[in-house]
Amino acid sequence: MATALGLLLTGGLGSQIQNQPDDAQWVMPAKNFASTRFSTLSEINTANVKNLALKWSFSTGLDKGHEAAPLVVNNTMYIVTPWPNTLFALDLTRPGPAVKWTYQPNPSRSAKGVACCDVVNRGAAYFNGRVFYNTLDMNTVAVDAVTGKEVWKTSLGTIRQGESMTMAPLVVKGKVIVGNSGGEMGVRGWLAGLDAETGKISWRAYTAGPDTDVLIGPNFKPFYPMDQGKDLGLKSWPPDMWRIGGGSAWSWISYDPELDLIYYGTANASPWNADQRPGDNKWSSTLFARRPETGEAIWAYQLNPHDDHDYDGVNENILLDLNINGRLRKVLAHPDRNARMYIMDRATGEVLSAETYAHQNTSEGVDLKTGRLKTVPSKSTGFKTVRDICPAAPGGKDWQPSSYSPRTGLIYLPHNKLCKEFEGRQANYIAGTPYLGATVRMYAGPGNYRGQVSAWDPVKAKTVWSINERFPAWSGTVVTAGDVLFYGTMDGWFKAVDARTGTQLWQFKTASGVISQPVTYRGPDGKQYVAVVDGVGGWSGAIVSGGLNPKDGTGALGFVNAMSDLPRYSPKGGTLYVFALP
Amino acid sequence: MSSRFLRVATFAACLLALACKREERDFRPQPARLSLTAPSEAQGDLVPANTPANTVTSPVRGGNPYEGVAWGISEGQFLFDSYNCSGCHARGAGGMGPPLIKDKWIYGVEPEKLFETIAKGRPDGMPAWGSKVPEYQIWQLVTYVRSMNGLEPKSATPVRSDHLQQSLRERPLQ
Repeated sequence: MATALGLLLTGGLGSQIQNQPDDAQWVMPAKNFASTRFSTLSEINTANVKNLALKWSFSTGLDKGHEAAPLVVNNTMYIVTPWPNTLFALDLTRPGPAVKWTYQPNPSRSAKGVACCDVVNRGAAYFNGRVFYNTLDMNTVAVDAVTGKEVWKTSLGTIRQGESMTMAPLVVKGKVIVGNSGGEMGVRGWLAGLDAETGKISWRAYTAGPDTDVLIGPNFKPFYPMDQGKDLGLKSWPPDMWRIGGGSAWSWISYDPELDLIYYGTANASPWNADQRPGDNKWSSTLFARRPETGEAIWAYQLNPHDDHDYDGVNENILLDLNINGRLRKVLAHPDRNARMYIMDRATGEVLSAETYAHQNTSEGVDLKTGRLKTVPSKSTGFKTVRDICPAAPGGKDWQPSSYSPRTGLIYLPHNKLCKEFEGRQANYIAGTPYLGATVRMYAGPGNYRGQVSAWDPVKAKTVWSINERFPAWSGTVVTAGDVLFYGTMDGWFKAVDARTGTQLWQFKTASGVISQPVTYRGPDGKQYVAVVDGVGGWSGAIVSGGLNPKDGTGALGFVNAMSDLPRYSPKGGTLYVFALP
Repeated sequence: MSSRFLRVATFAACLLALACKREERDFRPQPARLSLTAPSEAQGDLVPANTPANTVTSPVRGGNPYEGVAWGISEGQFLFDSYNCSGCHARGAGGMGPPLIKDKWIYGVEPEKLFETIAKGRPDGMPAWGSKVPEYQIWQLVTYVRSMNGLEPKSATPVRSDHLQQSLRERPLQ
């Protein structure tokens, strides 16, 4: 029976990477190494989800943007808050779960001044009895999952250089892999591997600089000539500008155990004013494949050479084995900020397709021979004013992660529909302050809605269905074997839709807007639960969490202009909600 | 070309140069050049508030010399970009930093209080600029910030900002 069920769940293709084992817990934000955010739980399904009811809730007592996914391990739920980055452990074995312990890393107050986009944190990762996460003030901590005692704390940099940390680590082969934030502050971006046992830094791979710093060696084999050559991270910049060139690694990492490669993207080049940094600015806005144990680069692909629009390459990489043009390909699916969905061979870095998933006018496609993005010259920025640029700086999609269901074969994309106007001016580098050289205002794209949740077919490279949302769809999505897709909205609706059709099946009004990552798990009573944290904020919701003044639309790097009505739809405040069938 | 013409031309050029010699006024002293490429040890980084490195002692001498002075406000607006204030506070809306167009001020909007906030920094992320920005420029910044809030005379406050004007297309949704 178990085998039959297994075959049923996997369609008889158990070796495909998207068919990950599922222990009905939630031990890392992306659910599994392939980053599918797919749960095999099916008690809640399209027929009964309409009966879903709130079982309990828990307030974090904080009013900044809550972006983290709760973790569920050994009947304990772990929640990392925005600054001051408290870690709560909740005992799920008791009705109305009580706090087992809290851990306070006491990050510096000054760190709040270098966080570009609210003082968010995107979550923790569990491995071998420990919970690992990053604090805003540049520390990675390991906390004993049972006692809540700090095991180690490693400092990885300084806020005086404008660095901060907001991403969720990924633990692979005993290495805790973390990266910095600060592409708006002229930081030097990097990704590092720490020993999970001791916290000692094993390796650090810089985004820019000489090959030795980028951990590029003899095994580095980029697919396209544009990414081949010595010291490109040095030569593709004006002298020394790579030292303050951004390219931080503030978002998601995936892992393929068979190829033994981790995948992640680097952020925008600094400063935003691209005329100040002639060249391709490698390796900003680039996808990297590296060895988890050494950090050694195996391939790289620059998504947005000489980035004009703050199109970070950091969005999630979902690892899938797909039948494309009659061949089974090991691919990664990367919905980039530039509004194109890259389907790439994850062994080699070859682009198989890069079609548009969101409204855009900045590129005409990717040249599949050279791999280079064909940008629209009239939309390139610099020391000038350019209007009607779509998508705006947060991209067709920002960090908010997609999910993939092996049952439907679809990727569920929460995304944005925003355009912008851009005025470039001289950016001055002053360590620890913004390094932008731009005045921006964003606004809703055509149709006057600012977000969408879409189902994307990665084989046919096209949208299957879409749901329009008033505000940018800034929460992650999660999809289940019950064919239910869950996501939250910035106006405070937590929704369940039919994963096959996009038909809305259920919704619940949360107190504040949702910009976090929903999860689902099996509780100690054997029932399926769905959990989500509200608490609007982040870059998109800064107008609420930061109390910004809409009289000046250039606030929050231009996002305020597009969100002046958000305060009417969502107050501040972070609360966890847990749902189950009655 | 004849040598006579050359002589006349040279004489005329000298005369012109002399005529152009004017009294030297330091309208816009060059802002302290902070490290423009890599952060340099010698110049030092900005420091968070309340750290020993923040050595500003006497921030206020004789009040704000630019109160009600249009030129001071205009210079303040220029410096507000040069020192990257606009990166955090936008043009008053705020972002990484709090809004500067508002009614409630934690540390006060009086010129002396604003001076202290800029010079010494504040604990939630405002760095201490006292060792980086000359005192007269801090006063110009103070005057500009006050002008955003209508606290400087209307006659001295520019009616429009130096920057990107809002087009019809990007009017906020209501």
